[in-house]
Amino acid sequence: MRNALEIEGLTKTYGDGFQALKGIDLHVAEGDFFALLGPNGAGKSTTLGIVSSLVNKTAGRVRVFGYDIDTQLAQAKLHLGVVPQEFNFNQFEKVFDIVTTQAGYYGIPRRQAAASAEKYLRKLGLWDKRETPARMLSGGMKRRLMIARALVHEPRLLILDEPTAGVDIELRRSMWAFLEEMNRQGTTIILTTHYLEEAEALCRNIAIIDHGRILQNTSKRALLQQLSVETFVLDTERELTEVPRLEAVSCRINDDGALEVDVEKGQGLNPVFAQLDRLGIKVISMRTKANRLEELFLRLVERNSVEHHEPEEGVA
Amino acid sequence: MSLQALWVAFTTIVVREIRRFTRIWPQTLLPPAVTMTLYFIIFGNLIGSRIGVMGGFDYMQFIVPGLIMMSVITNSYSNVVSSFFSMKFQRSIEELLVSPVPNWVILAGYVTGGMARGLGTGSIVTVLSLAFTHLTIHHLPMVVATVILTSALFALGGFINAMLATKFDDISIVPTFVLTPLTYLGGVFYSVQLLPDFWQAVSMANPILYMVNGFRYGILGVSDVNPYVSLGMILAFIVVLAVVALRMLARGKGIRH
Ligand SMILES: Nc1ncnc2c1ncn2[C@@H]1O[C@H](COP(=O)(O)OP(=O)(O)OP(=O)(O)O)[C@@H](O)[C@H]1O
Ligand SMILES: [Mg+2]
Repeated sequence: MRNALEIEGLTKTYGDGFQALKGIDLHVAEGDFFALLGPNGAGKSTTLGIVSSLVNKTAGRVRVFGYDIDTQLAQAKLHLGVVPQEFNFNQFEKVFDIVTTQAGYYGIPRRQAAASAEKYLRKLGLWDKRETPARMLSGGMKRRLMIARALVHEPRLLILDEPTAGVDIELRRSMWAFLEEMNRQGTTIILTTHYLEEAEALCRNIAIIDHGRILQNTSKRALLQQLSVETFVLDTERELTEVPRLEAVSCRINDDGALEVDVEKGQGLNPVFAQLDRLGIKVISMRTKANRLEELFLRLVERNSVEHHEPEEGVA
Repeated sequence: MSLQALWVAFTTIVVREIRRFTRIWPQTLLPPAVTMTLYFIIFGNLIGSRIGVMGGFDYMQFIVPGLIMMSVITNSYSNVVSSFFSMKFQRSIEELLVSPVPNWVILAGYVTGGMARGLGTGSIVTVLSLAFTHLTIHHLPMVVATVILTSALFALGGFINAMLATKFDDISIVPTFVLTPLTYLGGVFYSVQLLPDFWQAVSMANPILYMVNGFRYGILGVSDVNPYVSLGMILAFIVVLAVVALRMLARGKGIRH
Protein backbone atom coordinates (compact mmCIF):
# COMPACT_ATOMS: atom_id res chain seq x y z
CA MET A 1 0.00 0.00 0.00
CA ARG A 2 1.09 3.56 -0.69
CA ASN A 3 2.25 5.68 2.18
CA ALA A 4 0.45 8.91 2.94
CA LEU A 5 3.43 10.09 4.94
CA GLU A 6 7.05 9.00 5.03
CA ILE A 7 9.52 10.58 7.39
CA GLU A 8 13.14 9.52 7.40
CA GLY A 9 15.98 10.67 9.64
CA LEU A 10 14.20 13.86 10.58
CA THR A 11 16.06 16.16 12.93
CA LYS A 12 15.32 19.64 14.16
CA THR A 13 17.51 22.02 16.07
CA TYR A 14 15.78 25.28 16.94
CA GLY A 15 17.48 28.65 16.65
CA ASP A 16 18.41 28.62 20.32
CA GLY A 17 20.37 25.39 19.81
CA PHE A 18 17.76 23.12 21.34
CA GLN A 19 17.50 19.79 19.54
CA ALA A 20 13.79 18.95 19.50
CA LEU A 21 14.01 16.01 17.07
CA LYS A 22 16.90 13.58 17.10
CA GLY A 23 16.29 11.48 14.03
CA ILE A 24 12.72 10.39 13.50
CA ASP A 25 11.46 7.70 11.14
CA LEU A 26 7.76 7.35 10.62
CA HIS A 27 5.58 5.74 7.97
CA VAL A 28 1.86 6.21 7.80
CA ALA A 29 -0.03 4.11 5.26
CA GLU A 30 -2.75 5.60 3.11
CA GLY A 31 -6.12 5.19 4.81
CA ASP A 32 -4.61 4.82 8.26
CA PHE A 33 -5.86 6.44 11.44
CA PHE A 34 -2.63 7.18 13.22
CA ALA A 35 -1.86 8.61 16.65
CA LEU A 36 1.35 10.35 17.60
CA LEU A 37 1.57 10.27 21.36
CA GLY A 38 4.05 11.72 23.77
CA PRO A 39 4.37 13.93 26.85
CA ASN A 40 4.59 17.73 26.70
CA GLY A 41 7.64 18.87 24.80
CA ALA A 42 8.25 15.48 23.21
CA GLY A 43 8.42 16.91 19.70
CA LYS A 44 4.95 16.13 18.33
CA SER A 45 4.11 19.64 17.18
CA THR A 46 7.61 20.09 15.82
CA THR A 47 7.23 16.94 13.70
CA LEU A 48 3.81 17.94 12.40
CA GLY A 49 5.01 21.52 11.91
CA ILE A 50 7.77 20.33 9.61
CA VAL A 51 5.36 18.20 7.60
CA SER A 52 3.07 21.19 7.14
CA SER A 53 5.81 23.75 6.30
CA LEU A 54 5.39 25.77 9.48
CA VAL A 55 8.79 24.73 10.79
CA ASN A 56 12.03 24.39 8.79
CA LYS A 57 13.68 21.01 9.24
CA THR A 58 17.35 20.66 10.01
CA ALA A 59 17.89 17.34 8.23
CA GLY A 60 15.98 14.37 6.91
CA ARG A 61 13.32 13.64 4.31
CA VAL A 62 9.58 14.08 4.36
CA ARG A 63 7.24 12.81 1.67
CA VAL A 64 3.50 13.30 1.45
CA PHE A 65 1.91 10.76 -0.90
CA GLY A 66 5.34 10.37 -2.43
CA TYR A 67 5.88 14.11 -2.98
CA ASP A 68 9.09 15.25 -1.37
CA ILE A 69 8.66 18.54 0.51
CA ASP A 70 12.09 19.64 -0.69
CA THR A 71 11.41 19.24 -4.37
CA GLN A 72 7.63 19.00 -4.85
CA LEU A 73 6.35 21.13 -2.03
CA ALA A 74 3.28 22.54 -3.78
CA GLN A 75 2.07 19.03 -4.69
CA ALA A 76 2.63 17.82 -1.15
CA LYS A 77 0.71 20.77 0.26
CA LEU A 78 -2.28 20.22 -2.03
CA HIS A 79 -2.89 16.84 -0.41
CA LEU A 80 -2.43 18.01 3.13
CA GLY A 81 -4.89 19.58 5.59
CA VAL A 82 -3.55 20.96 8.86
CA VAL A 83 -5.28 21.66 12.18
CA PRO A 84 -2.62 23.24 14.39
CA GLN A 85 -2.46 23.08 18.16
CA GLU A 86 -2.86 26.84 18.67
CA PHE A 87 -5.65 28.99 17.23
CA ASN A 88 -4.18 30.71 14.22
CA PHE A 89 -6.94 32.49 12.37
CA ASN A 90 -7.53 36.21 12.15
CA GLN A 91 -9.72 36.95 15.17
CA PHE A 92 -11.56 39.73 13.37
CA GLU A 93 -12.59 37.81 10.29
CA LYS A 94 -15.90 36.05 9.95
CA VAL A 95 -16.14 32.28 10.05
CA PHE A 96 -17.32 31.94 6.46
CA ASP A 97 -14.65 34.30 5.14
CA ILE A 98 -11.91 32.43 6.95
CA VAL A 99 -12.88 29.14 5.34
CA THR A 100 -13.46 30.47 1.82
CA THR A 101 -10.26 32.50 1.91
CA GLN A 102 -8.34 29.36 2.77
CA ALA A 103 -9.90 27.64 -0.24
CA GLY A 104 -8.79 30.57 -2.37
CA TYR A 105 -5.19 30.03 -1.29
CA TYR A 106 -5.46 26.57 -2.83
CA GLY A 107 -6.67 28.10 -6.08
CA ILE A 108 -10.26 26.95 -5.67
CA PRO A 109 -12.59 29.32 -7.55
CA ARG A 110 -14.95 31.39 -5.46
CA ARG A 111 -18.22 29.54 -6.14
CA GLN A 112 -16.73 26.12 -5.52
CA ALA A 113 -15.02 27.46 -2.42
CA ALA A 114 -18.32 28.75 -1.05
CA ALA A 115 -19.99 25.38 -1.64
CA SER A 116 -17.20 23.47 0.04
CA ALA A 117 -17.13 25.89 2.96
CA GLU A 118 -20.87 25.45 3.43
CA LYS A 119 -20.52 21.66 3.34
CA TYR A 120 -17.92 21.51 6.09
CA LEU A 121 -19.36 24.32 8.22
CA ARG A 122 -22.67 22.44 8.23
CA LYS A 123 -21.02 19.13 9.06
CA LEU A 124 -19.19 20.72 11.95
CA GLY A 125 -22.24 22.56 13.24
CA LEU A 126 -20.92 26.05 12.50
CA TRP A 127 -23.22 27.10 9.67
CA ASP A 128 -25.33 29.25 12.00
CA LYS A 129 -22.17 31.06 13.05
CA ARG A 130 -20.93 31.78 9.55
CA GLU A 131 -21.28 35.55 9.91
CA THR A 132 -19.72 35.65 13.38
CA PRO A 133 -16.21 37.06 13.82
CA ALA A 134 -13.88 34.28 14.95
CA ARG A 135 -13.04 35.93 18.24
CA MET A 136 -16.67 35.59 19.35
CA LEU A 137 -16.68 31.80 19.07
CA SER A 138 -16.30 29.49 22.05
CA GLY A 139 -13.14 27.42 22.36
CA GLY A 140 -14.81 24.28 21.02
CA MET A 141 -16.22 26.20 18.06
CA LYS A 142 -12.79 27.60 17.26
CA ARG A 143 -11.40 24.05 17.15
CA ARG A 144 -14.16 23.04 14.76
CA LEU A 145 -13.54 26.12 12.64
CA MET A 146 -9.92 25.04 12.24
CA ILE A 147 -11.08 21.59 11.16
CA ALA A 148 -13.48 23.03 8.58
CA ARG A 149 -10.71 25.28 7.29
CA ALA A 150 -8.31 22.33 7.01
CA LEU A 151 -10.82 20.32 4.99
CA VAL A 152 -12.09 22.93 2.56
CA HIS A 153 -9.72 21.80 -0.20
CA GLU A 154 -10.53 18.12 0.46
CA PRO A 155 -7.07 16.91 1.42
CA ARG A 156 -6.27 13.20 1.43
CA LEU A 157 -4.14 13.50 4.55
CA LEU A 158 -5.50 15.35 7.56
CA ILE A 159 -3.14 16.25 10.38
CA LEU A 160 -4.64 17.31 13.71
CA ASP A 161 -2.49 18.56 16.58
CA GLU A 162 -4.54 18.05 19.75
CA PRO A 163 -7.90 18.66 18.09
CA THR A 164 -9.91 17.88 21.21
CA ALA A 165 -7.96 19.93 23.74
CA GLY A 166 -10.47 21.86 25.82
CA VAL A 167 -13.47 20.30 24.10
CA ASP A 168 -16.35 18.99 26.23
CA ILE A 169 -17.17 15.26 26.33
CA GLU A 170 -20.25 15.43 24.14
CA LEU A 171 -18.53 17.48 21.49
CA ARG A 172 -15.47 15.28 21.67
CA ARG A 173 -17.61 12.24 20.93
CA SER A 174 -19.17 13.97 17.95
CA MET A 175 -15.75 15.01 16.70
CA TRP A 176 -14.64 11.40 17.01
CA ALA A 177 -17.61 10.27 14.97
CA PHE A 178 -16.86 12.92 12.38
CA LEU A 179 -13.21 11.92 12.08
CA GLU A 180 -14.10 8.24 11.88
CA GLU A 181 -16.50 9.04 9.08
CA MET A 182 -13.83 11.01 7.23
CA ASN A 183 -11.43 8.11 7.67
CA ARG A 184 -14.00 5.59 6.39
CA GLN A 185 -14.39 7.71 3.28
CA GLY A 186 -10.69 7.41 2.63
CA THR A 187 -9.00 10.35 4.35
CA THR A 188 -5.81 9.37 6.12
CA ILE A 189 -5.74 10.90 9.59
CA ILE A 190 -2.84 11.62 11.91
CA LEU A 191 -3.56 13.10 15.30
CA THR A 192 -1.80 13.92 18.51
CA THR A 193 -3.63 13.84 21.77
CA HIS A 194 -3.05 13.68 25.49
CA TYR A 195 -6.29 11.76 25.97
CA LEU A 196 -5.14 8.21 25.54
CA GLU A 197 -8.64 6.82 25.47
CA GLU A 198 -9.06 8.92 22.35
CA ALA A 199 -6.15 7.19 20.66
CA GLU A 200 -7.43 3.83 21.88
CA ALA A 201 -10.92 4.49 20.55
CA LEU A 202 -9.93 5.90 17.15
CA CYS A 203 -6.55 4.82 15.95
CA ARG A 204 -5.20 1.72 14.29
CA ASN A 205 -1.53 2.57 14.56
CA ILE A 206 0.34 4.44 17.21
CA ALA A 207 3.78 5.97 17.58
CA ILE A 208 5.09 7.11 20.93
CA ILE A 209 7.63 9.90 20.89
CA ASP A 210 9.65 11.31 23.74
CA HIS A 211 12.62 13.66 23.87
CA GLY A 212 12.71 13.82 20.10
CA ARG A 213 12.91 10.06 19.55
CA ILE A 214 10.34 7.48 18.57
CA LEU A 215 10.05 4.91 21.35
CA GLN A 216 7.42 2.72 19.74
CA ASN A 217 5.78 2.58 16.35
CA THR A 218 3.35 -0.24 15.94
CA SER A 219 -0.29 -1.18 15.74
CA LYS A 220 -2.53 -0.42 18.66
CA ARG A 221 -3.22 -4.14 19.08
CA ALA A 222 0.44 -5.06 19.23
CA LEU A 223 1.03 -2.26 21.67
CA LEU A 224 -1.76 -3.36 23.95
CA GLN A 225 -0.58 -6.96 23.81
CA GLN A 226 2.65 -5.84 25.40
CA LEU A 227 0.70 -5.41 28.56
CA SER A 228 1.28 -8.72 30.23
CA VAL A 229 -0.77 -7.86 33.27
CA GLU A 230 -4.25 -6.51 33.22
CA THR A 231 -5.89 -4.92 36.21
CA PHE A 232 -9.57 -5.49 37.03
CA VAL A 233 -11.65 -3.55 39.48
CA LEU A 234 -14.23 -5.58 41.39
CA ASP A 235 -17.04 -4.01 43.38
CA THR A 236 -18.02 -6.24 46.25
CA GLU A 237 -21.37 -6.46 47.98
CA ARG A 238 -19.92 -5.72 51.39
CA GLU A 239 -17.06 -3.31 51.73
CA LEU A 240 -13.82 -5.15 52.39
CA THR A 241 -11.97 -4.25 55.54
CA GLU A 242 -8.81 -6.18 54.79
CA VAL A 243 -7.15 -7.35 51.61
CA PRO A 244 -8.22 -10.96 50.92
CA ARG A 245 -5.35 -13.41 50.64
CA LEU A 246 -5.49 -14.77 47.10
CA GLU A 247 -3.09 -17.34 45.66
CA ALA A 248 -1.02 -16.39 42.60
CA VAL A 249 -2.67 -12.99 42.13
CA SER A 250 -1.73 -9.71 43.65
CA CYS A 251 -4.58 -7.52 44.77
CA ARG A 252 -5.28 -4.41 46.81
CA ILE A 253 -8.16 -2.26 47.95
CA ASN A 254 -8.31 1.05 46.11
CA ASP A 255 -9.37 4.45 47.41
CA ASP A 256 -13.01 3.79 46.59
CA GLY A 257 -12.99 0.61 48.62
CA ALA A 258 -13.15 -1.63 45.54
CA LEU A 259 -10.87 -4.59 45.03
CA GLU A 260 -8.19 -4.33 42.34
CA VAL A 261 -6.75 -7.58 41.01
CA ASP A 262 -3.76 -7.95 38.68
CA VAL A 263 -4.26 -10.87 36.34
CA GLU A 264 -1.44 -12.29 34.21
CA LYS A 265 -2.33 -12.65 30.58
CA GLY A 266 -3.56 -16.18 29.87
CA GLN A 267 -4.24 -16.82 33.49
CA GLY A 268 -7.94 -16.22 33.23
CA LEU A 269 -10.34 -14.92 35.83
CA ASN A 270 -11.86 -18.21 36.97
CA PRO A 271 -9.29 -18.95 39.70
CA VAL A 272 -9.83 -15.48 41.12
CA PHE A 273 -13.57 -15.91 41.31
CA ALA A 274 -13.25 -19.41 42.72
CA GLN A 275 -11.06 -18.14 45.53
CA LEU A 276 -13.28 -15.13 46.25
CA ASP A 277 -16.25 -17.47 46.33
CA ARG A 278 -14.53 -19.67 48.87
CA LEU A 279 -13.80 -16.64 51.06
CA GLY A 280 -17.48 -15.70 50.88
CA ILE A 281 -16.85 -12.45 49.00
CA LYS A 282 -19.67 -11.62 46.62
CA VAL A 283 -18.71 -9.63 43.54
CA ILE A 284 -21.52 -7.50 42.15
CA SER A 285 -19.79 -5.84 39.22
CA MET A 286 -16.47 -5.74 37.45
CA ARG A 287 -14.59 -3.57 34.96
CA THR A 288 -11.10 -3.32 33.57
CA LYS A 289 -9.12 -0.54 35.14
CA ALA A 290 -9.48 2.57 33.02
CA ASN A 291 -7.15 3.00 30.20
CA ARG A 292 -4.70 0.29 29.52
CA LEU A 293 -2.93 2.39 26.97
CA GLU A 294 -2.34 5.03 29.57
CA GLU A 295 -0.51 2.58 31.80
CA LEU A 296 1.61 1.38 28.96
CA PHE A 297 2.38 4.90 27.89
CA LEU A 298 3.45 5.93 31.35
CA ARG A 299 5.64 2.88 31.67
CA LEU A 300 7.38 3.53 28.34
CA VAL A 301 7.95 7.19 28.96
CA GLU A 302 9.14 6.57 32.50
CA ARG A 303 11.63 3.99 31.31
CA ASN A 304 12.82 6.38 28.61
CA SER A 305 13.49 9.23 30.98
CA VAL A 306 15.37 6.93 33.34
CA GLU A 307 17.51 5.73 30.45
CA HIS A 308 18.13 9.17 29.03
CA HIS A 309 18.43 11.11 32.17
CA GLU A 310 18.55 14.38 30.33
CA PRO A 311 19.85 17.33 32.31
CA GLU A 312 17.00 19.69 31.42
CA GLU A 313 14.49 17.57 33.21
CA GLY A 314 16.58 16.98 36.29
CA VAL A 315 13.91 16.55 38.90
CA ALA A 316 16.46 16.35 41.68
CA MET B 1 -0.50 25.38 -9.38
CA SER B 2 -2.09 26.17 -12.70
CA LEU B 3 -2.18 29.72 -13.98
CA GLN B 4 -5.86 29.93 -13.17
CA ALA B 5 -5.28 28.65 -9.64
CA LEU B 6 -2.50 31.20 -9.14
CA TRP B 7 -4.86 33.94 -10.24
CA VAL B 8 -7.52 32.76 -7.77
CA ALA B 9 -4.94 32.73 -4.96
CA PHE B 10 -3.73 36.20 -5.92
CA THR B 11 -7.20 37.73 -6.04
CA THR B 12 -8.06 36.02 -2.75
CA ILE B 13 -5.21 37.82 -1.04
CA VAL B 14 -6.05 41.14 -2.67
CA VAL B 15 -9.75 40.90 -1.83
CA ARG B 16 -8.91 39.99 1.74
CA GLU B 17 -6.65 43.02 2.02
CA ILE B 18 -9.23 45.37 0.56
CA ARG B 19 -11.88 43.93 2.85
CA ARG B 20 -9.59 44.59 5.79
CA PHE B 21 -8.91 48.26 5.17
CA THR B 22 -12.48 49.05 4.19
CA ARG B 23 -13.79 47.24 7.29
CA ILE B 24 -11.67 49.55 9.47
CA TRP B 25 -12.16 52.67 7.31
CA PRO B 26 -12.26 55.08 10.27
CA GLN B 27 -8.64 54.07 10.93
CA THR B 28 -7.52 53.85 7.33
CA LEU B 29 -9.45 56.05 4.91
CA LEU B 30 -10.86 58.77 7.13
CA PRO B 31 -7.68 60.14 8.78
CA PRO B 32 -5.87 61.08 5.55
CA ALA B 33 -9.03 62.75 4.25
CA VAL B 34 -9.25 64.87 7.41
CA THR B 35 -5.53 65.67 7.58
CA MET B 36 -5.26 66.60 3.93
CA THR B 37 -8.32 68.81 4.11
CA LEU B 38 -6.66 70.66 6.97
CA TYR B 39 -3.48 71.04 4.92
CA PHE B 40 -5.50 72.44 2.03
CA ILE B 41 -7.27 74.92 4.29
CA ILE B 42 -4.27 76.04 6.30
CA PHE B 43 -1.36 75.89 3.89
CA GLY B 44 -3.26 76.33 0.68
CA ASN B 45 -5.86 78.91 1.56
CA LEU B 46 -4.76 80.75 4.69
CA ILE B 47 -0.99 80.78 4.43
CA GLY B 48 -0.73 80.08 0.72
CA SER B 49 -2.50 83.30 -0.21
CA ARG B 50 0.36 85.19 1.45
CA ILE B 51 3.09 83.11 -0.13
CA GLY B 52 2.15 83.95 -3.67
CA VAL B 53 3.59 81.85 -6.45
CA MET B 54 5.88 78.86 -6.19
CA GLY B 55 7.44 77.28 -9.27
CA GLY B 56 5.18 79.49 -11.36
CA PHE B 57 1.91 78.31 -9.79
CA ASP B 58 -0.42 79.25 -6.93
CA TYR B 59 0.96 77.86 -3.72
CA MET B 60 -2.20 75.76 -3.42
CA GLN B 61 -1.74 74.29 -6.87
CA PHE B 62 1.90 73.68 -6.13
CA ILE B 63 1.36 71.66 -2.95
CA VAL B 64 -1.58 69.54 -4.13
CA PRO B 65 0.52 67.02 -6.12
CA GLY B 66 2.92 66.67 -3.20
CA LEU B 67 0.12 66.09 -0.72
CA ILE B 68 -1.48 63.49 -2.96
CA MET B 69 1.85 61.68 -3.20
CA MET B 70 2.32 61.97 0.54
CA SER B 71 -0.94 60.14 1.21
CA VAL B 72 -0.20 57.52 -1.45
CA ILE B 73 3.22 56.83 0.11
CA THR B 74 2.14 56.59 3.73
CA ASN B 75 -0.99 54.57 3.02
CA SER B 76 0.66 52.06 0.69
CA TYR B 77 3.34 51.53 3.29
CA SER B 78 1.20 51.34 6.39
CA ASN B 79 -1.39 49.04 4.86
CA VAL B 80 1.11 46.31 4.15
CA VAL B 81 3.16 46.77 7.28
CA SER B 82 0.17 46.60 9.61
CA SER B 83 -1.71 43.90 7.78
CA PHE B 84 1.24 41.56 7.31
CA PHE B 85 2.61 42.15 10.78
CA SER B 86 -0.74 41.43 12.41
CA MET B 87 -0.96 38.22 10.36
CA LYS B 88 2.41 37.29 11.78
CA PHE B 89 1.36 38.30 15.26
CA GLN B 90 -1.93 36.37 15.20
CA ARG B 91 -0.17 33.56 13.36
CA SER B 92 -2.80 33.58 10.64
CA ILE B 93 0.18 33.82 8.30
CA GLU B 94 0.23 30.04 8.81
CA GLU B 95 -2.88 29.83 6.64
CA LEU B 96 -0.70 30.96 3.77
CA LEU B 97 2.35 28.94 4.77
CA VAL B 98 0.52 25.60 4.70
CA SER B 99 -1.07 26.39 1.34
CA PRO B 100 0.63 25.93 -2.03
CA VAL B 101 0.64 29.66 -2.92
CA PRO B 102 4.14 30.52 -4.19
CA ASN B 103 6.00 33.30 -2.40
CA TRP B 104 5.93 35.66 -5.36
CA VAL B 105 2.12 35.47 -5.42
CA ILE B 106 1.98 36.20 -1.68
CA LEU B 107 4.21 39.23 -2.23
CA ALA B 108 2.28 40.40 -5.28
CA GLY B 109 -1.01 40.02 -3.40
CA TYR B 110 0.10 42.09 -0.42
CA VAL B 111 1.73 44.74 -2.56
CA THR B 112 -1.39 45.03 -4.68
CA GLY B 113 -3.50 45.27 -1.52
CA GLY B 114 -1.28 48.09 -0.26
CA MET B 115 -1.51 49.82 -3.62
CA ALA B 116 -5.28 49.56 -3.50
CA ARG B 117 -5.29 51.54 -0.27
CA GLY B 118 -2.54 53.95 -1.36
CA LEU B 119 -4.19 54.73 -4.67
CA GLY B 120 -7.65 54.75 -3.12
CA THR B 121 -6.54 57.33 -0.56
CA GLY B 122 -4.74 59.26 -3.28
CA SER B 123 -8.01 59.42 -5.22
CA ILE B 124 -9.96 60.59 -2.18
CA VAL B 125 -7.40 63.35 -1.56
CA THR B 126 -7.46 64.34 -5.23
CA VAL B 127 -11.24 64.68 -5.18
CA LEU B 128 -11.07 66.73 -1.97
CA SER B 129 -8.45 69.02 -3.47
CA LEU B 130 -10.86 69.90 -6.26
CA ALA B 131 -12.91 71.77 -3.68
CA PHE B 132 -9.96 74.13 -3.17
CA THR B 133 -8.30 74.45 -6.52
CA HIS B 134 -8.66 73.20 -10.02
CA LEU B 135 -6.26 70.70 -11.48
CA THR B 136 -5.20 70.33 -15.05
CA ILE B 137 -3.10 67.45 -16.14
CA HIS B 138 0.03 68.19 -18.06
CA HIS B 139 1.22 64.67 -18.90
CA LEU B 140 -1.20 61.86 -18.00
CA PRO B 141 1.10 58.85 -18.63
CA MET B 142 3.70 60.39 -16.32
CA VAL B 143 1.08 60.94 -13.60
CA VAL B 144 -0.18 57.37 -13.82
CA ALA B 145 3.26 55.73 -14.05
CA THR B 146 4.73 57.74 -11.18
CA VAL B 147 1.88 57.23 -8.79
CA ILE B 148 1.52 53.50 -9.49
CA LEU B 149 5.21 52.75 -9.24
CA THR B 150 5.65 54.84 -6.11
CA SER B 151 2.74 53.09 -4.50
CA ALA B 152 4.21 49.68 -5.39
CA LEU B 153 7.61 50.69 -4.06
CA PHE B 154 6.32 51.75 -0.66
CA ALA B 155 4.02 48.75 -0.39
CA LEU B 156 7.15 46.62 -0.88
CA GLY B 157 8.94 48.64 1.76
CA GLY B 158 6.07 48.01 4.15
CA PHE B 159 6.28 44.29 3.44
CA ILE B 160 9.98 44.13 4.31
CA ASN B 161 9.37 46.18 7.45
CA ALA B 162 6.67 43.70 8.51
CA MET B 163 8.95 40.73 7.86
CA LEU B 164 11.64 42.27 10.08
CA ALA B 165 9.33 43.53 12.82
CA THR B 166 9.10 41.51 16.01
CA LYS B 167 6.85 43.83 18.01
CA PHE B 168 4.23 46.49 17.35
CA ASP B 169 6.70 49.34 17.96
CA ASP B 170 8.77 48.13 15.04
CA ILE B 171 6.02 48.89 12.58
CA SER B 172 5.76 52.57 13.43
CA ILE B 173 9.48 53.38 13.56
CA VAL B 174 9.99 53.69 9.82
CA PRO B 175 6.83 55.69 9.06
CA THR B 176 7.53 58.12 11.92
CA PHE B 177 11.28 58.53 11.72
CA VAL B 178 12.00 57.93 8.05
CA LEU B 179 8.99 58.36 5.80
CA THR B 180 7.47 61.47 7.36
CA PRO B 181 10.71 63.50 7.51
CA LEU B 182 11.76 62.44 4.01
CA THR B 183 8.36 63.40 2.67
CA TYR B 184 8.34 66.81 4.38
CA LEU B 185 11.87 67.45 3.14
CA GLY B 186 11.07 65.98 -0.27
CA GLY B 187 9.74 69.17 -1.74
CA VAL B 188 6.07 68.68 -0.93
CA PHE B 189 5.76 72.22 0.45
CA TYR B 190 8.52 74.04 -1.40
CA SER B 191 10.66 73.96 -4.49
CA VAL B 192 14.20 72.88 -3.61
CA GLN B 193 15.45 75.72 -5.75
CA LEU B 194 14.62 77.96 -2.80
CA LEU B 195 17.30 76.20 -0.75
CA PRO B 196 20.98 77.17 -0.55
CA ASP B 197 23.21 75.08 -2.85
CA PHE B 198 24.41 72.83 -0.08
CA TRP B 199 20.94 71.84 1.06
CA GLN B 200 19.83 71.44 -2.53
CA ALA B 201 22.57 68.86 -3.00
CA VAL B 202 21.58 67.09 0.21
CA SER B 203 17.93 67.03 -0.88
CA MET B 204 18.92 65.32 -4.11
CA ALA B 205 19.84 62.25 -2.04
CA ASN B 206 16.24 61.94 -0.89
CA PRO B 207 14.41 59.45 -3.12
CA ILE B 208 11.01 60.84 -2.20
CA LEU B 209 12.00 64.15 -3.77
CA TYR B 210 12.16 62.43 -7.15
CA MET B 211 8.74 60.85 -6.76
CA VAL B 212 7.05 64.05 -5.66
CA ASN B 213 8.66 65.98 -8.49
CA GLY B 214 7.94 63.35 -11.10
CA PHE B 215 4.31 63.45 -10.10
CA ARG B 216 4.21 67.25 -9.98
CA TYR B 217 5.70 67.32 -13.44
CA GLY B 218 2.91 65.08 -14.69
CA ILE B 219 0.27 67.41 -13.28
CA LEU B 220 1.78 70.90 -13.51
CA GLY B 221 4.59 70.42 -15.99
CA VAL B 222 7.20 71.77 -13.52
CA SER B 223 9.82 69.78 -11.74
CA ASP B 224 13.10 70.22 -9.85
CA VAL B 225 14.47 67.04 -11.46
CA ASN B 226 14.18 65.17 -14.73
CA PRO B 227 10.95 63.13 -14.39
CA TYR B 228 12.30 60.27 -16.49
CA VAL B 229 15.27 59.91 -14.20
CA SER B 230 12.91 59.70 -11.27
CA LEU B 231 10.82 56.99 -12.99
CA GLY B 232 13.96 54.97 -13.68
CA MET B 233 15.04 55.33 -10.07
CA ILE B 234 11.71 54.16 -8.71
CA LEU B 235 11.84 51.12 -10.97
CA ALA B 236 15.35 50.26 -9.85
CA PHE B 237 14.31 50.50 -6.19
CA ILE B 238 11.31 48.27 -6.87
CA VAL B 239 13.50 45.56 -8.33
CA VAL B 240 15.92 45.67 -5.42
CA LEU B 241 13.22 45.60 -2.75
CA ALA B 242 11.29 42.82 -4.50
CA VAL B 243 14.40 40.64 -4.58
CA VAL B 244 15.07 41.32 -0.91
CA ALA B 245 11.46 40.56 0.06
CA LEU B 246 11.40 37.30 -1.91
CA ARG B 247 14.62 36.12 -0.32
CA MET B 248 13.24 36.86 3.13
CA LEU B 249 10.10 34.90 2.32
CA ALA B 250 12.09 31.96 1.01
CA ARG B 251 14.14 31.81 4.18
CA GLY B 252 11.00 32.20 6.22
CA LYS B 253 12.63 34.99 8.19
CA GLY B 254 10.52 35.62 11.25
CA ILE B 255 7.62 33.49 10.07
CA ARG B 256 8.99 29.95 10.19
CA HIS B 257 11.10 28.55 13.01
N1 LIG C 1 10.32 27.99 18.47
C1 LIG C 1 11.00 27.22 19.33
N2 LIG C 1 12.24 27.57 19.73
C2 LIG C 1 12.93 26.79 20.60
N3 LIG C 1 12.48 25.64 21.11
C3 LIG C 1 11.27 25.23 20.74
C4 LIG C 1 10.46 26.00 19.83
N4 LIG C 1 9.29 25.34 19.65
C5 LIG C 1 9.38 24.22 20.40
N5 LIG C 1 10.55 24.15 21.05
C6 LIG C 1 10.99 23.10 21.97
O1 LIG C 1 10.99 21.87 21.28
C7 LIG C 1 10.52 20.82 22.12
C8 LIG C 1 9.39 20.11 21.43
O2 LIG C 1 8.28 20.98 21.34
P1 LIG C 1 6.93 20.54 20.66
O3 LIG C 1 6.07 21.75 20.59
O4 LIG C 1 7.23 19.83 19.41
O5 LIG C 1 6.36 19.52 21.74
P2 LIG C 1 4.97 18.74 21.76
O6 LIG C 1 5.30 17.30 21.76
O7 LIG C 1 4.08 19.23 20.72
O8 LIG C 1 4.43 19.15 23.20
P3 LIG C 1 2.93 19.48 23.69
O9 LIG C 1 2.30 18.18 23.99
O10 LIG C 1 3.16 20.28 24.94
O11 LIG C 1 2.25 20.26 22.62
C9 LIG C 1 10.15 21.48 23.44
O12 LIG C 1 11.19 21.26 24.36
C10 LIG C 1 10.03 22.94 23.11
O13 LIG C 1 10.39 23.74 24.20
MG1 LIG D 1 2.36 20.22 20.68
